[in-house]
Amino acid sequence: MQKVYNKILSVTGNVITVKAEGIANEELAEISTSRGKSLAQVIKLDHDIVSLQVFAGSQGIATNDEIRFLGHPMRVTFSDDMLGRIFNGSGVPRDKGPALAENLIEIAGPSVNPAKRIIPRNMIRTNIPMIDLFNSLVVSQKLPIFSVSGEPYNELLARIALQAEVDMIVLGGIGLKYDQYMYFKNTIEEGGAMSRSIFFIHTASDPIVEGLMVPDLCLAVAEKFALNGKNVLVLLTDMTNFADALKEIAITMEQVPSNRGYPGDLYSQLASRYEKAVDFDDAGSVTVLAATTMPGDDVTHPVPDNTGYITEGQFYLRNGRIEPFGSLSRLKQQVNDKTRDDHRAIMDGLIQLYAQYNETEEKRAMGFRMSEWDKKLLKYGKLFEANMMDLSVNISLENALDKGWEILAECFTPEETRMKTDLITKFWPEEAK
Amino acid sequence: MNKTKGTISGINGNMISVEFDGNIIQNEVGYAITGDDRLKSEVVKIQGNVAYMQVFEITKGLRVGDAVEFSGEMLSVQLGPGILGMVYDGLQNPLNELAELHGFFLKRGVILDALDFKAEWEFTPVAKKSDSVHAASVLGHVPEGIFEHKIFVPFNLQGDFKVTSIVKKGQYKVSDTIATIENDKGDKHDLTMFFEWPVKIPIEFYRDKLVPKEPLMTQTRIIDTFFPVAKGGTYCIPGPFGAGKTVLQQVTSRFAEADIVIIAACGERAGEVVETLREFPEITDPRTGKSLMERTIIICNTSSMPVAAREASVYTAATLGEYYRQMGLNVLLLADSTSRWAQAMRELSGRLEEIPGEEAFPAYLESRIAQFYERAGLVEFEDGTFGSLTIGGTVSPAGGNFEEPVTQSTLKVVGAFHGLSRERSNARRYPAIDPLDSWSKYVSFIDNKPIQYAREILRKGNDVHQMMLVVGEEGTSIEDFTIYLKSEFLDNVYLQQNSFDSVDGATSPERQKYVFNFVYNVLTKQFNLKEKDEARNFFNKLRQLFIDWNYIDMKDGEFKKQEAKITQLIEENSDNAEGV
Repeated sequence: MQKVYNKILSVTGNVITVKAEGIANEELAEISTSRGKSLAQVIKLDHDIVSLQVFAGSQGIATNDEIRFLGHPMRVTFSDDMLGRIFNGSGVPRDKGPALAENLIEIAGPSVNPAKRIIPRNMIRTNIPMIDLFNSLVVSQKLPIFSVSGEPYNELLARIALQAEVDMIVLGGIGLKYDQYMYFKNTIEEGGAMSRSIFFIHTASDPIVEGLMVPDLCLAVAEKFALNGKNVLVLLTDMTNFADALKEIAITMEQVPSNRGYPGDLYSQLASRYEKAVDFDDAGSVTVLAATTMPGDDVTHPVPDNTGYITEGQFYLRNGRIEPFGSLSRLKQQVNDKTRDDHRAIMDGLIQLYAQYNETEEKRAMGFRMSEWDKKLLKYGKLFEANMMDLSVNISLENALDKGWEILAECFTPEETRMKTDLITKFWPEEAK
Repeated sequence: MNKTKGTISGINGNMISVEFDGNIIQNEVGYAITGDDRLKSEVVKIQGNVAYMQVFEITKGLRVGDAVEFSGEMLSVQLGPGILGMVYDGLQNPLNELAELHGFFLKRGVILDALDFKAEWEFTPVAKKSDSVHAASVLGHVPEGIFEHKIFVPFNLQGDFKVTSIVKKGQYKVSDTIATIENDKGDKHDLTMFFEWPVKIPIEFYRDKLVPKEPLMTQTRIIDTFFPVAKGGTYCIPGPFGAGKTVLQQVTSRFAEADIVIIAACGERAGEVVETLREFPEITDPRTGKSLMERTIIICNTSSMPVAAREASVYTAATLGEYYRQMGLNVLLLADSTSRWAQAMRELSGRLEEIPGEEAFPAYLESRIAQFYERAGLVEFEDGTFGSLTIGGTVSPAGGNFEEPVTQSTLKVVGAFHGLSRERSNARRYPAIDPLDSWSKYVSFIDNKPIQYAREILRKGNDVHQMMLVVGEEGTSIEDFTIYLKSEFLDNVYLQQNSFDSVDGATSPERQKYVFNFVYNVLTKQFNLKEKDEARNFFNKLRQLFIDWNYIDMKDGEFKKQEAKITQLIEENSDNAEGV
């Protein structure tokens, strides 16, 4: 029951309208233009006027081009054959491999019943102290990396992907630069993880609307694998491009913008993607790490701002380091009491002292005389940055904790550290007592 | 009654326009029918023979021409025994029952009864035959958890009635007829133990609404001592993300001395609700000895659930709160977050193409927020008993900037403001309630004078701190420096609280009184500290001992020992002269 139409009423931005009947909301259509075929999705219905967003963009669309409604919403194939494959934003292979068309699943399915969710309980170790020690990553967490363009966020994502103990990696690139795409591909291949990875790549040169589908495709596939018992890590980069694509469509549709041109439902749109992160009882899990670039390093920009309210924390990447302030893993409390007695205390203690170091550093920069205490803090700050914050540090959590005590003992007396007395008795390094 | 029917003429996101034939009501519920699914929707605007309806489900697959059935009823909730301990979505669908039927995912178009119609309750009649009754008169009661759940004459019956029959004490289901009533005109009604009430209409069956006075203890020191909440009052917690709004709400829901706590998780993360869902049944409420879940109702419409139901969820929560208040209980409603609710209104307003106000929020935002908070209150009933509904809402301002419409509209109508600050949370000073900016119009259970003194120390300490950033430590006098250290001490040992610790997480009123008095003595004392390093060392030690003290149970023998240690340290360093 496919319906074919060949009268396009209007073309505005990447949205076209046609007169058609019996069309369902969010149904897919295929447009044949002189440039080839493109998918389009129904985004609004008003009597018999149907508005569609065209994934390949509207350039070159003729008013008499043929539009064929497919009678179903956007779907994606799901099978083990997908592993090691690379697809584009419409779910079509972009490597040289064969097309996959069996076992189609709908994307953007219903959300998980909160009553069926379980409390996250497993830590994902990354061997990055700023993550493991201070802001532990947890299975089923959704976490963005906030950074300015130019920071090595993709490198960080790739490193976490390779070092994290997960069964599968699903990478979604939205507006990804071609060289970054190749970087991911090469790094994951060299790391020997390609056979357990699936890529959905929309590059910066692809039509912008096509990027809109990438998160849904990734998450639908990840969710299916998770239901089949796999622990899946989904990497999405960059979600700001996704939000910008949403903005473009919303403006074209003449929606009233709420903040800096972004649509009022930006929060709900982002949330419905991020909330796909889940730990299924008796099955697998989906963990989502996303890059969110902050235009102008402004965290109050609508995209990072709304994201921060949705995700379970955030990592700030600044000057090539994960910032200890502002970075937060909301789920760390679920796991960092099961690692080692001193984990929480070291976590809080080191950060409080580092905050004081920052104040002292400011005073020093302004030329004030440094008290004894200030000097201690200065020494501490340098050690902390070199041994904990530097991204090249690659040590296990336990080693990082020991390192923390060493740094403390090198700089302070026990009571200056605000640690609880029993922890000091147990962990203060022997040679310093 | 013939129900109105219509057909869909347009679909835009979660809003549909429906051409109908007959009469409909504003806020009436209708069902859009697609295949086997019946999608619940609410009329939000009527124009000629076109109704604009918000659909409480995903509209994927709906078509122009699909049928819509109107129900003739406004969006309502079921009120009756068996609500306590339940987990509902924004439309009062029980989520656990839904999970049993449909597994991991929230299947579209499924509507279940909010109450268990199979369970039996032991009904004890109070009203007698030929008693005159009206809406909200008590017919009897059933035990629910530790409470007597009162069975009322349905709130939606108008006028006076006489009881013509009432059943004897015994086991009944909620749908069994337990009484019949009749009015002068001969209208008869068979009454059951449950009835429905529209969520957007406040329940106002009381003699008087009173000014909230008595404090509602949350066991969080900075709140109870400095910025108290009153039973029947309202408060808000605005703060940027990551400042600890939700943790603060969770701690409050656990330790607050209310009879019933309703948690409305409105458009926030599902994971946060899950913690409550899984942990509450395991935790024993120290005041009742029963599971904490037995005094809790969770309304859960998390961020990925349909937006329209999010808009309804705060009303559902408020209605359930008012219903239990009607039984003479103290109910605390925690809404997290009211900004998501406001955003849901904004989305709808945008789809209705209304003229937008500031930041595209609708012009009626302020009045809606005011109406919501006005549903709180301490009330006196006809029989001279009291009940209260306290509402605490979090606000998630865009960019953490309080100068935005939702925060500003909320501040106008609430009785206390617990502003969370990014600076404090970055410095890991939790709870990150800003002690300088926050306020409360309610009266603390601790005397005003020492509190004002303590706040003065905080203000002065902050001034000194700011000054030190400019002139450095060497340019600061030892007197000023001591004030700064005192304010830091107060902050560290009293304002900050470790909510993840079993002892420090909740401080009883007795302990707060005791410890605050102790802290106050330190604040007013003159110390013989001559050098800044000496002063800093002393306060470091004092703080260390005090924090250890905070972690010791008051009933533990160690408590007094630790206190003695602290006292000794203070004596060693104080002037012989008495404090100010």
